[in-house]
Amino acid sequence: MTTDRQSHLKRLEAESIRIIREVAAEFSNPVMLYSIGKDSAVMLHLAIKAFYPSKLPFPLLHVDTTWKFREMITFRDETVKRLGLDLIVHTNEAGRAAGITPFSHGSNYYTHVMKTEALKEALTKYGFDAAFGGARRDEEKSRAKERVFSFRTANHSWDPKSQRPELWQLYNARVAKGESIRAFPLSNWTELDIWQYILAENIPIVPLYFAKERPVVERGGMLLMVDDERLPLNDGETPDMKLVRFRTLGCYPLTGAVESDAATLPEIVREMLIARTSERQGRLIDHDEAGSMEKKKREGYF
Amino acid sequence: MNSVPASKDIAQFLDYIGEQEKKSLLRFLTCGSVDDGKSTLIGRLLFETKMIFDDHFSALEKDSRRHGTTGEEVDLALLLDGLEAEREQGITIDVAYRFFTTDKRKFIVADTPGHEQYTRNMATGASTSDLAVLLVDARHGIVTQTRRHAFIVSLLGIRHVVLAVNKIDLVDFSQDRFNEIRNQFQSFAKDFGFRTVQAIPLSARFGHNVSEPSPKTPWYNGPSLLQHLETVDTSDDLTKLPFRMSVQWVNRPDLNFRGFSGTIASGTIRAGETVVVAKSGKTSKLARIVTYDGDLAEATAGDAVTLTLADEIDISRGDVLASVDARPEVTDQFAANLVWMHEDALLPGRAYLLKCGTKSVSATVSELKYKIDINSFEHLAAKELKLNEVAVVNVALAEPIAIDPYAENRETGAFILIDRFSNATVAAGMITHSLRRATNVHWQAIDITREAHASLKGQHPKVAWFTGLSGSGKSTIANIVEKKLHTLGRHTFLLDGDNIRHGLNKDLGFTDADRVENIRRVGEVAKLMTDAGLIVLVSFISPFRAERQMARELMGPGEFIEIFVDTPLAHCEARDVKGLYAKARAGKLKHFTGIDSPYEVPEAPELRLDTTTETSEESADRVVRLLLGLGDGEDWVI
Repeated sequence: MTTDRQSHLKRLEAESIRIIREVAAEFSNPVMLYSIGKDSAVMLHLAIKAFYPSKLPFPLLHVDTTWKFREMITFRDETVKRLGLDLIVHTNEAGRAAGITPFSHGSNYYTHVMKTEALKEALTKYGFDAAFGGARRDEEKSRAKERVFSFRTANHSWDPKSQRPELWQLYNARVAKGESIRAFPLSNWTELDIWQYILAENIPIVPLYFAKERPVVERGGMLLMVDDERLPLNDGETPDMKLVRFRTLGCYPLTGAVESDAATLPEIVREMLIARTSERQGRLIDHDEAGSMEKKKREGYF
Repeated sequence: MNSVPASKDIAQFLDYIGEQEKKSLLRFLTCGSVDDGKSTLIGRLLFETKMIFDDHFSALEKDSRRHGTTGEEVDLALLLDGLEAEREQGITIDVAYRFFTTDKRKFIVADTPGHEQYTRNMATGASTSDLAVLLVDARHGIVTQTRRHAFIVSLLGIRHVVLAVNKIDLVDFSQDRFNEIRNQFQSFAKDFGFRTVQAIPLSARFGHNVSEPSPKTPWYNGPSLLQHLETVDTSDDLTKLPFRMSVQWVNRPDLNFRGFSGTIASGTIRAGETVVVAKSGKTSKLARIVTYDGDLAEATAGDAVTLTLADEIDISRGDVLASVDARPEVTDQFAANLVWMHEDALLPGRAYLLKCGTKSVSATVSELKYKIDINSFEHLAAKELKLNEVAVVNVALAEPIAIDPYAENRETGAFILIDRFSNATVAAGMITHSLRRATNVHWQAIDITREAHASLKGQHPKVAWFTGLSGSGKSTIANIVEKKLHTLGRHTFLLDGDNIRHGLNKDLGFTDADRVENIRRVGEVAKLMTDAGLIVLVSFISPFRAERQMARELMGPGEFIEIFVDTPLAHCEARDVKGLYAKARAGKLKHFTGIDSPYEVPEAPELRLDTTTETSEESADRVVRLLLGLGDGEDWVI
């Protein structure tokens, strides 16, 4: 099984390309979830490699919660233009109309409505039978047991007890009408692999990953960036300019920055190697309660 | 990974990263029975290779107080048990993948459960692993599960094993005990074809011989577990095997480019070499090896590439491109080891979907030769195969595919079976050898074709397949239909369940396996009769969708007409013409459809007859109209 001639990055790359091609070949209407972050950047890069010289045989889907960092949206639109991609942007309009924000309804409910429900809504609307996600098994405990082809019922839910056994690289792509799979081509990548690959392949990423002076406030041990005027400031709270960067990207009110002076890719990777905290710590949603990721996955979150 | 250069000199750091990228990858699985300390061992490996981040560790300290079993200490096993249900029950119920890295290698660990009912998960973890760590508790030594794990690991083709004799601290670091266990293992595992077996005395909980040699076992001169994992040579050198690539996707951006995308399963291929399409035998020269990063002069096993050929030959997804000098077997029958992975048992004769490489094809287990008792390795006769059972079987395919024995090539010798209705993955198979029957038994060339038979009779052959509960009125209606057709000068034949069971199928009973075989034979007979140009009426309960589907697929397009005689169970039971329901209710008749054996209602029959609202005569008229292709108002032409 092992060929020592291939470095582990080459092996991971080849494995991901194989997964991506298999989905394109087996499903009639796949879509690639594009979250704009570093994992999405790598996944997109791999997909372009997989089908070269053909264009991507499926569209990208971005679930826009309306609370993404502005630089993310700019980067998204530039990427789409640069690579000539087909992008679908979907927002839960009912949620937007109801004025659901991370501040008014809490991070849990907000994530449920504007991310999970929005995603399910988009998948149903376009009738996608397969959706690529950039999740990795090393991210979180319940992810470690996730399949590469993860089966979802017609209402998009995930049942950890009835997952199909997955052997070799023989993926079972059969679904009944209305059912779908989530495909995870980066399953076996670690955070370090992602950064090493971005470095080796020179993949463009959102500038927020690089250290820069940014206006931040400190709340509950987290550094929040004041990305626009919608962030309600508490009494006596004034944004400070700090040299910070982000290890993961999401909705700006839910994503903590880290103080850092790593302003280039090699510096980021170096910092990452000496880091002693895991990347999802910067995300509020995992901390709500033990097993919270598993709950969200059952409900249809990536 | 533990020695990132301290200086902020980026050039020096880039050198370091360059070295890191050259690391190789080892995938292994851990297996042991409950409480052998598997999760603790992996937790220990993660901990000692500094893979546990601060926030994970503090979450772990919190968890340990709530669920832990180690008192005041941090319970490393809790790092592994991902799903809530497992955390509550304190057991691992699914395969989890873990990652860690050292300066020498990167590792992916499949953590697989040791419970009796989870052979399935172990086979899954083993299928992508190069090495297995078998845990035994030093106090208990080799137990039934150890034998079972060694067997499955060997069945899945793993050639490198570590016997981790855990909890050595609990037997006072006894060398005698360790030697006893090691010798016992070696004696029963000698026939398993393992290339390396390394026994290591260790304590996962206290870290003895995990990363560093322990001072408590001065009598042990071998490597620590981590030292062994970092250095063991598991390379099979797939690049030296004959070239194989299963075509995944035909790459056609425009009329000027036609490439075949796939991952090279084995061997090496260079531009200019000749390749063969295994199934058609057509050959062509390899024109280019295309990748996003530029064309390659050669590509080897594991590379994901796109190949273009010098000639326009017919190739589609599922085709295997191979070396002309060493071609794979092309066959529609082979022998295999099969691990059954689903609650619904394997039924020989039932049609499943088989996926091998990128090819999916309809398949049946034509013969269940024997089951293997995974504890005693005894061969047992069997008619069906249940969850977590292992058997040696013959498999027959609807069309030939290119294969290699699994022992020679894990890519072209492995397959999965998928249930055609639930879409569940029901089995994993490893091909042992091709059954050359397909090449030795040639079809007898026939001069009088089925078209000739049919045209002499002036009719289109059809199969009217009546399905429904016992006593639903199938045979009554089929009889009337046959009389009407006969009057109309049509050549017919009625195959009736009870009559066939008195002759052709008198060796079959009423178990699920026998019911499948019953229908398979009737389907084949009906097929021969349509070849003879007849209109065949089949009146069989035929309770399972899969077999009705199988019969449908035997016939030509439009020839199979499924007629669901939809009489509610209560009506059938009230009629009880043959007194069978009464017997079944009294428990004197086992496996009776509708009572203690299931009936799967047709999802899309060509015709549904409601015997509660129309007479048998009316029902029969509707069948005749459908068979002869007549509209509602049209008269019958004699």
